[in-house]
Amino acid sequence: MSNTSAGQGALLGDAVSPRGKLRPRSSAASKRWQTVVVTGLVFCALVSVFTTIGIILMLVVESWGFFSDDKIEIWKFLTGTKWTVGQTQGELSYGIWPLLSGTLRITGIAMMLALPMGLVSAIYLSEYASKRTRSLLKPTLEILAGIPTVVLGFFAVKFITPYMLEPLGDFKTFNATSAGIAVGILCIPLVASLAEDALRAVPNRLREGAYGLGANRLEVTLKVVVPAALSGIISAFLLALARAIGETMVVALAAGSTPTLTLDPRMPSQTMTGFIVETFKSESVVPGTLSYFSIYAVAAVLFLSTFGITLVGQIIRMRYREVYD
Amino acid sequence: MSNLASSTRMNQSRSILSNTIPQASTATLTPPVENESIAIDITGFNAFYGSFQALHDLNLKIPNQKVTAFIGPSGCGKSTLLKWCNRMNDIVPIARATGSLTVGGRNILTRSTDVVDLRRQVGMVFQKANPFPKSIFDNVAYGVRLHYKTSRSELSDLVEWSLKKAALWDEVKDRLKRSALGLSGGQQQRLCIARAIATGPEILLMDEPCSALDPASTARIEDLIFELREQFTIVIVTHNMQQAARCSDRTAFFFDGKIVEEGATEDVFTRPRKQQTEDYVTGKFG
Repeated sequence: MSNTSAGQGALLGDAVSPRGKLRPRSSAASKRWQTVVVTGLVFCALVSVFTTIGIILMLVVESWGFFSDDKIEIWKFLTGTKWTVGQTQGELSYGIWPLLSGTLRITGIAMMLALPMGLVSAIYLSEYASKRTRSLLKPTLEILAGIPTVVLGFFAVKFITPYMLEPLGDFKTFNATSAGIAVGILCIPLVASLAEDALRAVPNRLREGAYGLGANRLEVTLKVVVPAALSGIISAFLLALARAIGETMVVALAAGSTPTLTLDPRMPSQTMTGFIVETFKSESVVPGTLSYFSIYAVAAVLFLSTFGITLVGQIIRMRYREVYD
Repeated sequence: MSNLASSTRMNQSRSILSNTIPQASTATLTPPVENESIAIDITGFNAFYGSFQALHDLNLKIPNQKVTAFIGPSGCGKSTLLKWCNRMNDIVPIARATGSLTVGGRNILTRSTDVVDLRRQVGMVFQKANPFPKSIFDNVAYGVRLHYKTSRSELSDLVEWSLKKAALWDEVKDRLKRSALGLSGGQQQRLCIARAIATGPEILLMDEPCSALDPASTARIEDLIFELREQFTIVIVTHNMQQAARCSDRTAFFFDGKIVEEGATEDVFTRPRKQQTEDYVTGKFG
């Protein structure tokens, strides 16, 4: 092709555009470059896949170390109500429920705070706030989302517990409520931001339709916009739930290190994540011991719960998503 | 019509208003619309978006139980006027209007206008079908539930009546509980019409209701408009000149924020008085 155009250029002289003098790019080089780019893209995509597989393998192998121990029976792990792994004296009990209930208790308190507050903030931002108010509130929420969790944990111990909770009742220094509130605060921006995205994705013509029938703003919001965005809102809730279950720093600082099986929110309550971080940091843990393996067994339960929630979220999103063009 | 109390109230206010507002502007309109049968009366009406004036000193009378078509090129203000007729422009923060726009004798531009009740009386159908992501039944019942307390059987009677009026009943009677989003575009638009007439409006505003539909669905909606005329006052904005000619009784031609010509549809299309109108309806521009 380059030959013909060069030949024409010579024949026709100045009448031909100067493009004829340009050397064409080698298509072989361009193909090679394509291959390099695609390989790079696939590699980057696969890194996260292999990381996930690696983590699952590690959890399976090391948990096996726990469950294959002669002293351990799996049903006692799944149903037991006492956890004494890591304690040097006394009888060995390895029921997961004190840790699991600690996680559920704190997550429950956190969600009671984060879901309504987050959803209401999202509704306000998306449906009510003026542009100006939005431009002030959104960055504030983002700052809240950017607070390091260790600071929030500290805030829970040094502010929430002594100034908000202790006047109300007999709260222990480290307790489930305080940690739950802090985790809740942590989740509000997540819920607000994701739910707001879902609300704003509802096309305006649905709002117009409802206004046209004589609905007021509250009726438009609650009866049309929120139901239309429900799948997105539920996904936001589930992501916040997974985030709260996996949250570590706040609970390690504020919830105490006593595994308890109680409904009393004033008591300390160690969570699964709290136990893992505590045990990992203590110098007494030697690889190959039961305490060491127990970390992985608890981590496997933790992983399964967040994995399950994410899965449910995906299913809800796929089944109930309304597609608007 | 469907609500006796409100129509008597409207009649009273109409008589009060006809005393206070001079009707001189009617003289310029040919042929004049009988005063008694005016559904919407627009006098000295200006509309603005911020500092931009979209409509200039409009005078127009829209007759009862007739189809009035607004035609004109894009951006000439047809939709703006339509949206002011049930105050849909309230959701546009920078929109404002001056002059008078009376619906059933009441100037609806006043602050004291009950917008919720106005929109029950003046229903709206939009350019693109906008059914709610709910069941077919719940879509039609939505407006009814907003305005009335009904028993289950009253509600389902009303839903059936509305769907029959909108010529959709036979197609959906076996799947009322299914999502409205599963309907075709034309069916969705008829559902939106059913939803609008379910609340018992006297006037239906239609903003290019067929612009997103294929010719077959368009024909069905046009037939429907023709039938609904017996019971409702219909105002339709359209870009489709044939549509205006086919299904309207009166036509107003808008250009650049002004009404250039208004009259019986036949006159506007066959004997236009203004050159601009003739150019537009014969397709020389627009």
